[in-house]
Amino acid sequence: MKTASPFRELETDVPRVRVRFAGKDLMLRDGGNLAAELLAAGVLSFRQTPVSGAERGPFCMMGACFDCLVEIDGVTRQACMSEVTAGMDIGMPGTEGDVDA
Amino acid sequence: MESDYAIIGGGVVGLSVAWGLLQRGRSVTVLDGDDGSFRASRGNFGLVWVQSKGMKQPAYARWSQRSAAAWADFTATLQDATGFDAALEQNGGYDFHFSDETLAKTVAQYEILREKLGGDYPYEILGHNELRREEPEIGPKVAGAILHHQDGHANPLKLLRGLAAGVRGKGGTVLNGKTVDTVTRDSSFRIRCSDGTVVEANKLVLAAGLGSAALGPKLGFKAPIRPQRGQVLITEKLPKILNRPSLIARQVDDGGIQIGATNEEVGFNDKVTAKGLAGLAAEAIAAYPILAKAQLVRSWGALRVLSPDGLPIYQESPEMPGAFLVTCHSGITLAAAHASFLPDWLEKTDTAPDLEVFSEDRFALS
Amino acid sequence: MLEADLLVLGAGPAGMAAARTAADAGLSVLLLDEQARPGGQIYRDVGNVPEDRAQILGSDYTKGRVLAEALDHPMIRHLTGTTIWQIEAGPRVSFTRDGAASSAKAKRLLIATGALERPMPVPGWTLPGVMTAGAAQILLKQSGLMCERAVLAGSGPLLYLIAAQMCRAGTPPLALVETQTFADRQAALRHLTGALRGWRLVAKGLGLLAEIRKAGVPRYTGASAIAIEGKVQAETISFTSGGKRHNLECATVLLHHGVVPNTQAARSIDVPHHWNEVQQCFVPEKDGWGRTQLPDVFIAGDGAGIGGATAAQLQGRLAALEIACDLGKTTPADRDRNAAPLKRQMETELAARPFIDKAYPAFREALLPADDTIVCRCEEVTAGDIRRYAGLGCLGPNQTKAFGRPGMGPCQGRYCGLTVTNLLADESRRSQDDTGYYRIRPPLKPVTLGELAAMTDLETDEQEPVT
Repeated sequence: MKTASPFRELETDVPRVRVRFAGKDLMLRDGGNLAAELLAAGVLSFRQTPVSGAERGPFCMMGACFDCLVEIDGVTRQACMSEVTAGMDIGMPGTEGDVDA
Repeated sequence: MESDYAIIGGGVVGLSVAWGLLQRGRSVTVLDGDDGSFRASRGNFGLVWVQSKGMKQPAYARWSQRSAAAWADFTATLQDATGFDAALEQNGGYDFHFSDETLAKTVAQYEILREKLGGDYPYEILGHNELRREEPEIGPKVAGAILHHQDGHANPLKLLRGLAAGVRGKGGTVLNGKTVDTVTRDSSFRIRCSDGTVVEANKLVLAAGLGSAALGPKLGFKAPIRPQRGQVLITEKLPKILNRPSLIARQVDDGGIQIGATNEEVGFNDKVTAKGLAGLAAEAIAAYPILAKAQLVRSWGALRVLSPDGLPIYQESPEMPGAFLVTCHSGITLAAAHASFLPDWLEKTDTAPDLEVFSEDRFALS
Repeated sequence: MLEADLLVLGAGPAGMAAARTAADAGLSVLLLDEQARPGGQIYRDVGNVPEDRAQILGSDYTKGRVLAEALDHPMIRHLTGTTIWQIEAGPRVSFTRDGAASSAKAKRLLIATGALERPMPVPGWTLPGVMTAGAAQILLKQSGLMCERAVLAGSGPLLYLIAAQMCRAGTPPLALVETQTFADRQAALRHLTGALRGWRLVAKGLGLLAEIRKAGVPRYTGASAIAIEGKVQAETISFTSGGKRHNLECATVLLHHGVVPNTQAARSIDVPHHWNEVQQCFVPEKDGWGRTQLPDVFIAGDGAGIGGATAAQLQGRLAALEIACDLGKTTPADRDRNAAPLKRQMETELAARPFIDKAYPAFREALLPADDTIVCRCEEVTAGDIRRYAGLGCLGPNQTKAFGRPGMGPCQGRYCGLTVTNLLADESRRSQDDTGYYRIRPPLKPVTLGELAAMTDLETDEQEPVT
């Protein structure tokens, strides 16, 4: 699945792997920066905050702001500090279906 | 400007007393420290706790029970006045045991205490399977728990904020950023601060936590108070997984799991150590294995305010009548008692609680 | 537990340069960094960037390759993907790598953790689609990702650099919304003579502006009342400029008004800091070699005060020379001889700073945001909340933290600390130094309880104070 993204990739001919994000299949660049690859795939909201439920996405891209948190294997991780690997199953913190966080 | 009471210490203890006095129509000036002061009010575990307290002194158990029972009214009144909710939950709390032996030993002690309290000590013993029905996430290493029905917890930071707002709202004066230099007494008390501020009052309450150790002797108290470090951990905010608090972990009202606490005699050192963190994390995981995947987001070391026997001290100064020392290590549990019953003791009314066992007479002069 | 002569935290320009200089002097170096490859943020992924991206990024970026390649030295061990979460006396650090926690110890510690973008709290800055300008640059450096339909807002040279790079890549920004005023420029001109000694930087700036002009990117200056709106994600940015209200539709808003030292690591071990009025941030106290008041801890690079990548590299080398001398690997005479040219170069490098700082001051509205604006992104605490807590007697940020949770979230106050200090200082009419900053405690970054509990190589050699 590919949604319209406000980001453009300079190099498009790259090896991609299938990952799941919030129950949807995406084809992301293998070994790429997870936050960047999700943005490239048109995912802008990564989570809902535990305080107000507001949606958030990457802000600093350098591991400082913790707004790009996602859930990988039941652990909350910074997407901008994670690499894409084949078969990743990524949850969106703060949403329904994330009860085992 | 002269107040009925000057209260030295703007933490939960000082503000609880101030709140109680204001409710009785007394005028109050609170002197508070600065941003960097050691503040047990900012670092405590937030339990409103009865079990295990006063094993050697039933009067302390009774005082804790009385406060726990008064907490709901206390916090409701504060909420009505300020809009701040201290998130009190009193559905019981656990003392977890990892072996049947320690469980049996503790129960034997509780039985003795129950008898001394005339039977008012409502607890039950939960074996592993019974506990699991209450707390589905407990781990296989947990042998069982003592569930005490008078236990509970609150959000101590919201309590602190509520008291700070409540005392001001009721007309109390709170002076922040003050360090008390000298206290003299003539017709009234004159408290002089390092920045030149002078506060006058008819009576004085010393509730400065660890600061009371240095100030106390100047006012005629023994004030044998020492710091004891407790390191505390808190995780990211999580969906509800713990139903009741325990001495090991509790889930705070906004979702984080608070894990505590070490007991370390390291003086005025409130640092966090890797060893302390690892030990607490391991114990929490033993109790609740699911926590292994939780991210630790904060930790801190806070300094408990301890007397030699761990009990509170309530003492009027023999040298400066009208000056009272109020200090304890359970400022949250006792907040309701300090607001609701201690003013009667300070005012020496007919309904004053008998706090004789908490006087400094119990400490030999060293 | 790993051991080395020197532990370097951060593989940006300061850390990389220090590691190599120390290794050349015969010190064993352990370089710990969060990223998978060396470079820090300024030279992010410089070692494996494809040529088309390198062209867009320019030579100021690609020159970082030399530093990254210089890490290939038998005395340097570079641990990538390493998240440091605690520093203790020793000096000793605890970290997580590949899902396991561990620790390392050395004779000296060099903190080279660089800068953060100055928080720019404006209405709507928490919406998805709003990022720092630096984030956009990282997307380009590491992932070859360009923001289409973006508006850049704020002030400072980095804004022009990113705009020019976007133009080169064929995705020019929709507009530059600049907060600096004509008066700021006039004030800066007094520092022009000094700036001319650092003429390369100034010339670079003029060249970037020419590129932006050529691409036809509209520039709005003296912008105020900036707000970002959108239902779920950023959709528009509105602002006042030239006496008129503007409303631009866009997909991404990139914010920037300068960078500030990332002081988390240094503060966690109580290195004293003081307020720098010109750069509007706290900086650690250190001597000319980067030595802090903790004799075995040094700081170099933007984390010690903003000076840019070249100055950072020079500082890294100077610190390494002093550490080598400390540990008896070089004589003071050799140290001074090697340091002399570095110090001269540093003067030239910093000559343009006063001009830049005056010409592109921080955006005032974002230093003292309006009441409704979120200040603490993690706990969603507004500027108005902070002002109310000040009214309840909070003199410093540790009291407001207890009262209303700002700074308690996973970012540990990185993006609200300066704003909270500023707001409290303003409310109580005290200085930022008197107001103070968050007490930073471990973990510097979150660590799972499982990783913590599995730590085996623990020891405590804590200094017990005499009481």
